[in-house]
Amino acid sequence: MRLLQQSGHVLSEEAPRDAAWLQQLIDALVDISSKDPLTGLANRRSFEVALAREIDRVARNGEPALLLSLDIDHFKRINDTYGHTAGDEVIKGVARILQDSVRPMDLVARVGGEEFSIILPNCPPSFGETVAERVRRRVEQTALPIGPLDNLHCTVSVGGAFAPQWVRSTPLLWIERADQQLYRAKSHGRNLVRLEPAAVSVVSSEERRMLFDHFQFQEHE
Amino acid sequence: MSDVAGPGSRIIAVTSGKGGVGKTFASTNLAAALARMGQRVLVLDADLGLANIDVVLNLYPKLTLHDVFTGQCALADAVLPAPGGFSVLLAGSGMVEYSRLTPHVRDQLQAVVAEMAPRFDVVLLDTGAGISDVVLYTVSLSHEVVVVATPEPTSLTDAYATIKVLATTQGRRSVYLLVNQTAKATDARNVRNQLQAVVDRYVNPGLEAPVRLELLGGVPADTAVREAIQTRQLMMLRSPGAPAATALTEAAARLLG
Repeated sequence: MRLLQQSGHVLSEEAPRDAAWLQQLIDALVDISSKDPLTGLANRRSFEVALAREIDRVARNGEPALLLSLDIDHFKRINDTYGHTAGDEVIKGVARILQDSVRPMDLVARVGGEEFSIILPNCPPSFGETVAERVRRRVEQTALPIGPLDNLHCTVSVGGAFAPQWVRSTPLLWIERADQQLYRAKSHGRNLVRLEPAAVSVVSSEERRMLFDHFQFQEHE
Repeated sequence: MSDVAGPGSRIIAVTSGKGGVGKTFASTNLAAALARMGQRVLVLDADLGLANIDVVLNLYPKLTLHDVFTGQCALADAVLPAPGGFSVLLAGSGMVEYSRLTPHVRDQLQAVVAEMAPRFDVVLLDTGAGISDVVLYTVSLSHEVVVVATPEPTSLTDAYATIKVLATTQGRRSVYLLVNQTAKATDARNVRNQLQAVVDRYVNPGLEAPVRLELLGGVPADTAVREAIQTRQLMMLRSPGAPAATALTEAAARLLG
């Protein structure tokens, strides 16, 4: 109970222990089990659930989705130089920037120490480039408070991979592909965005029309 | 494309985009036609989620790819003789769990194809329907790819999407097209030209080298096909003189070049 109160959930201990109270308790427990306590972002558990759901959605309705893997550059150096409290502040600051740089429908998660992931549903390739670059630039340009008087600048490397429309994938492989791009961004000098070229599997209405010309022709024969 | 094959063996993926267009019908009967031409042929049921070659060929396999994947039997023991003079590796009904491409499935598929290729002249990979990771990966193991389509809009759209994905993700520059269930002799050529025109207009401008569709042939809608499917026999065996059988024999000959 104290754990729930600490994480900001108001649950009266005097209230009647009825169904509504129980539901509140369950909601609160689900909430703390799906969030990262430091940043308030989705944690790895809820990220993986969301990713599997997104794969189903892409396979069903054909809207392309983008998965971004992000990593704070030289985080160990920040920790070693300024201490772990400052490191935590940097993580919180980056989390805020990520959350503010995406749409409400996008899911930002902290999946490891200084590692984040973002799921962007219904994300056309050109939009993906824009968002990934915006995230990278905002982190680079923002001074993060690490103490009452201290600010510091850090950068992130960003890798991304699309779930191509109609293609059923698995969470593991999708993460692997995004991570490969993150690795490329890191090895090309960090503070960079690298996205896997999107597979073009969508068939536009112009293409459809041209494909079916043939059949209209047959009907008129 | 693939580097798993030994010299001489050809690995050919048969795929379609849309299901129900006669992909498995085409691979099994092409295999029989190729076998009759003296080729050692293996058909691998790579439709891991919805394997059905056993149904098509009326086989009741004791050992399948499932047993191979789970380490319960040696690969060679799961290779079965099929009516029609070729060999088959069946997926088996326990394969639903493998219908998603995990690193395990990827490694297993790759190993199976690599081990089988040197023992045959032609390995046909009968993929699942749709454009899934498993299908794309299976196709990536092949040297050549045959796209099966029928002359109807949904099949054409899916065949086109498949060709587009293969061109952009795997660098395919040559794709065989087999048109099934044609009504007129000109249908297959028309479908091929139409697809090629759309590819030229919308896919090729973005590529360094253009994709070319090579027509393997058109298989006419034929009562012999339905009869063979209903009696679970190979059409090439049941009605070797049927127009559809002749067309598939010609397609096989074109495949051999």
